[in-house]
Amino acid sequence: MASVVFYFQVHQPFRLRRYTIFDSDTNYFDDFRNEQVLRKVAGKCYLPANKIILELCKAHKGLFRCSYSITGVILEQFQKWTPEVLDSFKQLADTGCVEFIAETYYHSLAFLYNRNEFIAQTMKHCQFMEDMFGQRPRIFRNTELTYNNDVAKVVEDMGFDAILTEGADHILGYRSPNFIYNPPNCARLKLLMKNYRLSDDIAFRFGNRGWAEWPLTAEKFTNWVDQINGNGYVCDLFMDYETFGEHQWEDTGIFNFMRAFPGMLLATKKNEFLTVSQAVGRYPPVGEVDVPHMISWADTERDLSAWLGNSMQSNALHDVYSLADDVLATGDQILIADWRKLLTSDHFYYMCTKWFADGDVHKYFNPYESPYDAYINYMNILDNVRARAAAIKGR
Amino acid sequence: MKVFMLGWEFPPHISGGLGTACYGMTKGLSEIGVKVTFVLPTSVPRDSGGHVTLRSATDLPLGVRKIVHQTGQPFSGLELYQLDALLIPYSTPETYDEEARKLAEEQMALDAETLAAIKAISGPTSLGLFGHGAGPQYAGDLMAQIYKYERLAVALARISDFDVIHAHDWMTFPAALHVKARTGKPMVVHVHSTEFDRSGDNINQVIYDIERAGMHGADKVVCVSHLTRNIAFTRYGVPAEKLEVVYNAVELPEDGGAATRPIRRNEKIVLFLGRVTMQKGPEYFLMAAKKVVEKFKNVRFIMAGSGDMITRMIRLAADLGIGRYVTFTGFLRGKDVHKIFQIADLYVMPSVSEPFGIAPLEALSHDVPVLISRQSGVSEVITHALKVDFWDIDQMADKILAVLRHAPLGSTLKQHGRFELSKLSWRDSAESLCEIYRGMTGGT
Repeated sequence: MASVVFYFQVHQPFRLRRYTIFDSDTNYFDDFRNEQVLRKVAGKCYLPANKIILELCKAHKGLFRCSYSITGVILEQFQKWTPEVLDSFKQLADTGCVEFIAETYYHSLAFLYNRNEFIAQTMKHCQFMEDMFGQRPRIFRNTELTYNNDVAKVVEDMGFDAILTEGADHILGYRSPNFIYNPPNCARLKLLMKNYRLSDDIAFRFGNRGWAEWPLTAEKFTNWVDQINGNGYVCDLFMDYETFGEHQWEDTGIFNFMRAFPGMLLATKKNEFLTVSQAVGRYPPVGEVDVPHMISWADTERDLSAWLGNSMQSNALHDVYSLADDVLATGDQILIADWRKLLTSDHFYYMCTKWFADGDVHKYFNPYESPYDAYINYMNILDNVRARAAAIKGR
Repeated sequence: MKVFMLGWEFPPHISGGLGTACYGMTKGLSEIGVKVTFVLPTSVPRDSGGHVTLRSATDLPLGVRKIVHQTGQPFSGLELYQLDALLIPYSTPETYDEEARKLAEEQMALDAETLAAIKAISGPTSLGLFGHGAGPQYAGDLMAQIYKYERLAVALARISDFDVIHAHDWMTFPAALHVKARTGKPMVVHVHSTEFDRSGDNINQVIYDIERAGMHGADKVVCVSHLTRNIAFTRYGVPAEKLEVVYNAVELPEDGGAATRPIRRNEKIVLFLGRVTMQKGPEYFLMAAKKVVEKFKNVRFIMAGSGDMITRMIRLAADLGIGRYVTFTGFLRGKDVHKIFQIADLYVMPSVSEPFGIAPLEALSHDVPVLISRQSGVSEVITHALKVDFWDIDQMADKILAVLRHAPLGSTLKQHGRFELSKLSWRDSAESLCEIYRGMTGGT
C-alpha cells in the first residue's frame, strides 16, 4: 500500500508599494496590486482548484484526502478582498478530508533570527487556523520547507507531531523519501520528506512539451506512484497550490489531470490518499535523518541562498530583526503588524541576485525591476518603521 | 580581411566615447587577424603629443601622414594615417574658429600645395551632400574640413589595399561614400550617435542629411544598441535588413581596479563624467544632488567634463544652493579619469539620450557601482546597475541616497557588475563585425 500525501502551500505576500526616502506616510503596502494579484490568482487557481478538491472529496466518499498550509498573510487578504475563497476553504474543512498545517503566520524566516518571534508567529497561525477551520494544527512546516535539526527540536518542544521538509539528495543519499523518519535529537517528532521528483513532475514539468514524458496522464502518474508499492510507505507530493491554474495554466490540462488522478489511483485498490496526520499515525519511522545545515525546497541548491545569498539580503534581514525589541515594546498593534508583514520571506527573495541576469523563475514572481530596487525600497520603509518605533518610545 | 576605417578620434586624443570605442574595436579586430587602416583627421590639441609622424613615409599624397603612437604601435595589424583636416564636433563656432585659425597659421606654407593636390585628384568633385556654411551648431568651416577630409581620404584609398570601408559617425560618412564610389568596395557605417541624440528634436538638417545619406548609401549599418537601431529605422528610414547591432565593450584595467584607493576624507563621492551637454542630462544630476543633500550632507558631487552647458551648470549649482557640495573639474583624460574613478562611490549617467555609453562600463571596471538612465543603450547589456528614467529626479536621488547610506548595496552592485562586465569583450564585438564584413565580401 502506497499512501499519497498531497500537501499544498497557499501564500501571497503583502507586496510593498514604491516608497522613496522622501516618503513619510505609513502606507507601506501596494493594496491595489495585492488585490489585483489575489483576484487574478483566485480566479485562475484558488476557486477552480478548491472546487475540484471538493468534488473529489465528495465523489470518493472520504477516500481522497489532502493537506494545506495557508499563511496568515494570505488569509487576511482573502478576508479583505475575496471572502468567497475563504468560504471555499471552509467548505473543504467541513468535509473532514482536509488537514490544515501550521507555519509561521507571516511566512517568515524568523527561526533564523529570533526564536521568540518564531514561536509567537507559529502560535498565532495555529490560533488563526483553529478560528477559521475548527482544527488545531498538529503538523508544522517552516517557510519554504527550511529545515534543520534545530528547527525539529523547537517544533517538537512546541508539541507538534511531525514536520515537513525537502527530500534533498545530499541529505537522503541512498535513502528514499518514501518513508517516515526521525530527526536525531527528537524523541517523538516525525519527519516527512518531499518526493521532489514526482512532485516536480506535476509542479514544474507538467506543461513542458520538451519533457520526454509529456503529456503527463493520470494513468502514467498512477503507474509511477504504484511502483512505490513494496519500496516505501508514502508518496509525499508537496507543492505550491498555485501549480493548479497559475504556474501550470488551465490549457496544459492540469485541472483535468487532478480530476482524473485520484480515481485512477484508488481504482488500483493498492494505493490510497492520506492527510499528513493520518500518515504519521499509520507508519513507524524507519530511521534517523541528520540535517545539521539549513535546507529548503528552493532552486537546485536546496538551501537558503534565494533569501540569504547576498549582502543586501543579509543586511535587510539583520536590520529588520534588530528592530524586534523596539517595535514590540511599543505595544502599538498597527506598528507591530506592519513590521511583521515586512518579515515575510518574499521581500528578501525579491533581492536575490542569483540568476537575475538570466531572467528565470525568480523574475516571474518579482514585482521589482531589479533586486537592487527591491532592497532600496525595503530599506526606505524600514527607516520609517524605525522612526515610528523611536517616536513612540520618545513619548 | 583588410578594413579601411574612417574615424575622427583615436586615443590618446579623445573627447568622448568614440575614441575609446575605436581603440577597443581595432584592437579586437587585430586579435582576430583583421588588418585595419585607420584614417584620422588632425588631432586637437596638436601640442600635447601622443602621435608621432613617421618621417620615412614619403610616398603618401600631400596632406596625408602616417603616424604612430608616441608610445609605439599599440598592436599589430593597425596602420594609422592622419589627414590635414580638422574635425572637431561638439565645439561652438567660436572655439572651432579658434582651432581652425591656429591650424591655418601652422600650415600657411603648405596650404597652397595642399590645395593644388586636392584639385589634382580627378573624378567627381563632390557628392553634393552639403554646401558650405552649414548649421548654427557647427561653423561653416567644419563642413569645409569634412570636405577636405573626404578628398584626402579618397587620395589615400587610391593607394591602399582593403576589402571593406568602415566609417564611424557622420563626419566621415561623406568620405566613406566617396571612397565607395571610387573603389566599389562594400561599406559599413557605424552609428555611435545620431543627430536626435545630440540635439533632441531641434536637429541640424544638414547633419541629418549627411547621416541619412551615409546610412542609405552603406551596405550595412551597425548600431551600438537596439535603442539606436530603432532611431535608424524610424527616423532615418533605413531598411531593417540593413541594420545590425554590435555592442561596445570595455577593457578591464590591468591593475585590478580599486586596489589602490587612496586614503581620503570621510566624504562620499558621486560622479558625473561626460560631456556637459543637453544630451547627457547634467541638470538632472544637479537637481537630484539638491535632493540628496537635503538628507545626507557628507557627500560631494563631482561633475567632470566640459561642454556648452558648463557655465549654466555652475550657475544652476549656485542657484540650487548646493555650490559647496559640487566640484567642477573640467575635462579629464587618461590618468585623471582613472584617478577620479578610484575615489568615486557611485557613477551617475543621467543621459537624456545615450546610444550606448561606454563610461558606465569603465566605472564598473574600476569597481564603481553605476546608476544609469533607462534611455541608454548600455542599459541593454548591463543588468547589475541601478536604473532610472532621466527625468525622475526623485528616484535618482532615492537611489543615490541608498548607495550612500547602505554599504551592502554598493558592494553587491560592484561584485555582480564586474562579473557581468567580464562577459563583454571587444574581441566578441570584433567577431560580430568580422561576420558582417564577411557577409558583404562573400567570405573573403
